Amino acid sequence: MPDPDSPAGVRGSADPTPVVPGSAGEVAAPGSAGEVAELLRSTTGTVVPVGAGTKTGWAAPATSCDLLLRTTGLDRVTEYAPGDLVVVAEAGVPLAALQEQLATHGQMLALDPPEQGATLGGILAANASGPRRLRYGTVRDLLIGVTVVLADGTVARSGGKVVKNVAGYDLGKLHTGAHGGLGIVVSTTWRLHPRPPAAATVTAPVRGSAAAGRLTARVARSTLTPTALELRWQRGESGTTGELVALFESIPASVRDQAPRCAALLAEEDAGRGSEAADPEARTTRGDEAVRIGAAPPAWFGERPVGQLVLRLAFAPSALPYVLDALPPGSRGTASAAVGVAYAAVPPAIDLAALRAALARWDGSAVVLAADPELRPGLDHWGPTGDAFGLMTRVKDRFDPERRLSPGRLLGGL
Amino acid sequence: MLARTRASFHHSIGTYRQVESVSSTRQDRPGRRPLREDANDGARAGALADRLRAAVGAAKVLTDPAQLRTYACDGLATVRVTPSVVVLAERREDVVAAVRLCAGAGVPFVARGSGTGLSGGAVPVADGVLIVLSRLRAVRSVDPGNARVVVEPGVINLWVTREAAPYGQAYAPDPSSQQVCSIGGNVAENAGGAHCLKYGFTVNHVMGAEVVLPDGEVVHLGGIAPEHPGFDLLGAFVGSEGTLGIATEVTVRTVQAPESVRTMLVGFHSVADAAGTVSDIIAGGILPAAVEMMDALAIEAAEAAVRCGYPQGAVAVLVIELDGPRVEVDEQFLQVERIAAARHAFETRIARDEDERALMWKGRKSAFAAVGRISPAYYVQDGVIPRTKLPEVLDEVGRLADAAGIRVANVFHAGDGNLHPLILFDDKVEGAAHAAEQLGFAILDLCVASGGSITGEHGVGVEKKSRMAVQFSADDLDTMHRLRCAFDPAGLANPGKQFPTPRLCGERPGVRTAASEDHDPALGEVF
Repeated sequence: MPDPDSPAGVRGSADPTPVVPGSAGEVAAPGSAGEVAELLRSTTGTVVPVGAGTKTGWAAPATSCDLLLRTTGLDRVTEYAPGDLVVVAEAGVPLAALQEQLATHGQMLALDPPEQGATLGGILAANASGPRRLRYGTVRDLLIGVTVVLADGTVARSGGKVVKNVAGYDLGKLHTGAHGGLGIVVSTTWRLHPRPPAAATVTAPVRGSAAAGRLTARVARSTLTPTALELRWQRGESGTTGELVALFESIPASVRDQAPRCAALLAEEDAGRGSEAADPEARTTRGDEAVRIGAAPPAWFGERPVGQLVLRLAFAPSALPYVLDALPPGSRGTASAAVGVAYAAVPPAIDLAALRAALARWDGSAVVLAADPELRPGLDHWGPTGDAFGLMTRVKDRFDPERRLSPGRLLGGL
Repeated sequence: MLARTRASFHHSIGTYRQVESVSSTRQDRPGRRPLREDANDGARAGALADRLRAAVGAAKVLTDPAQLRTYACDGLATVRVTPSVVVLAERREDVVAAVRLCAGAGVPFVARGSGTGLSGGAVPVADGVLIVLSRLRAVRSVDPGNARVVVEPGVINLWVTREAAPYGQAYAPDPSSQQVCSIGGNVAENAGGAHCLKYGFTVNHVMGAEVVLPDGEVVHLGGIAPEHPGFDLLGAFVGSEGTLGIATEVTVRTVQAPESVRTMLVGFHSVADAAGTVSDIIAGGILPAAVEMMDALAIEAAEAAVRCGYPQGAVAVLVIELDGPRVEVDEQFLQVERIAAARHAFETRIARDEDERALMWKGRKSAFAAVGRISPAYYVQDGVIPRTKLPEVLDEVGRLADAAGIRVANVFHAGDGNLHPLILFDDKVEGAAHAAEQLGFAILDLCVASGGSITGEHGVGVEKKSRMAVQFSADDLDTMHRLRCAFDPAGLANPGKQFPTPRLCGERPGVRTAASEDHDPALGEVF
């Protein structure tokens, strides 16, 4: 949990990165949206919002922080309509606490980023996701309404409390991943899903980056409906190794049906002889080196790698093998294999610009999630800006003309 | 917009019988308040025609009044405004050239796809340019390995699935007009469809877009890959009803076609039982691909039109479709049958083959047009309520209808609480159309009061912009306007749509221009 006496060193369980190098200014922890608005109206300095502080390293360091605004005081679940599968909760509500409440009705918010203690507002602002994005999507697919306090203290709402709604601009999308740079999210409204009653996993060994791509494609292009398809990988001198886990979550009959079918598909592919898979049973029971069916996912499932320099890579999904090959030996991490996202702990000496240039072939990007303090000065956090950067700047100027909010934390120093 | 007279009413709502008479009496919408008071846009738009011809080729530029009238309306057939110039764009460069010329001359422009929108989002501006995108019909790439299809904006929705089908994939958003509506229009309106209950809307399936901004600059938002660094401008662009720019290329994601699809038709003696069944299905942890409801009047109309053979004597029917792995669908299908039986379903039919499934959907999908069989004219509304409030809201809709002496047929996406009341009236009766419109707005206000929305999938357009101030506060709308100003500071892209009051971007927050001529004075008080 954050240490209130140490504003510059907001700490989460996983990420000790300060939002601003050196010492920050004052700290405030307002208890209501009205208090947030009043703070912004009654002050003129720079403001950096932060939730539990578990992902402060995901954005570039702020260029200034007169006021560190903790949203953890906004901790009420204000409306929960189980029959409508909709919940309204303030930004500082921890995801885990919300899930606990939803579980009593057999429901969930289908977001599973691994950071312990993370708040809804922080997850939204950082656009954090986890393995189940394969089935349920990310924040942008589940957020149906948002209330935001703008830099001038204006309180504005967009979206609503119904899933289907096309009235007005969907400003929730704009704040997703914006790290508070366009406004401070104070309340969030989400679409919920029923909690599936049964689960099974299928784990396959991965020998080589090409195999990672083939195994992933085999499952992704089938009629199977895994909730997640996660890869754990490491790059050695002799190539990539790891394991692929398909997670099935549904009614028991479906899980019992799909897991063995998935195992057979993966065993076929693993054998590299798709047409010769006469006895998939035999291939699924070779012990550690073979495809196996289990109940719970392995311990690494959904965790992000830890290291001196951690990146989030996003790319055209089919480019997974090439992206892995573009990483230097010593890199390791996980990937949401079928959606084109990987998390990589890379050697700190990596040539980030060269990696980004290589990834561009697959529409790819590499952004920093964590970096040791000595690496942070001069680090290009987000990478190159595209042709829409001028437009992004104009959006920033309209929402925050005085550049008060999270200054410098976003793409291109916005 | 709330119209005060019968004549102006014709410009505000969708009836399907009055198009002829309206077009013969009023071609243009008079009295439109220009955004720029000093601009003589009519003359400027005319002068622009020669430059447009030089830029894109004379054959693509229409100025003949008879030809221009062809483009006077979209699916909201009674709002008709003839543009000064039509550009039939054939490639991206045509769009860029047309937009740049408009921007340079300060002339407003409106983009149009197939013109099937139901809220008047593609209605031209009288003194502006209409940029028609339906000739931009190239499928740029079909990429099953990445589950992406890249298309030009004029490509028809159903073509995307047709392209992806050989690879076992499909494009999920399926608006009822999917055989004719364009992807560009779908992006502008964030189109939905019967299956968005499970699969989401257009915004959940658009990964990237090439956009011509209102000043002619071309930008690329999103792409093949997910999570491009920077603000999610793509997410805000989808559903912006043509007010933020024109998409000239769209990248969508495709989904794997399900192993099994099963459909049932269930008859009930009461709307409450049908609505209760929907709630029980959801409470049972089942997420159907689609749950559609029709009430007695809608069933009567559908039977008269397409003889779909719905259960006799039903006060409400549900069409329920499940898809996914066979084992899962089969078990949950049985569970749905049991839930319906417990809610006193008196007849449950299960489609045994594709033909039977098609017939079940035919009654539902033809319901709008079918209402024409039982009423001289009708008006389609589109509102959303929390699903659990279906029974009470439908009761209240019935009370409102009775009080107004107007019949209302209800056809809707019950799973999402997305109502489509079909308000029946006789256009030969003086004042009947106006009364129908008033009832429609009362129903929308009821939706908002119930915690819902004034539109689930048809958009705001010109039709419902006065209702935006019912759903959103002045601060909410001002904040949305900030986004508009970032994209379009001159206010040239599809002006007069989606938002209730035209405003300039330089205005200080809180200072607003006078209400527009079609603005409800009562709402002007709060906005």
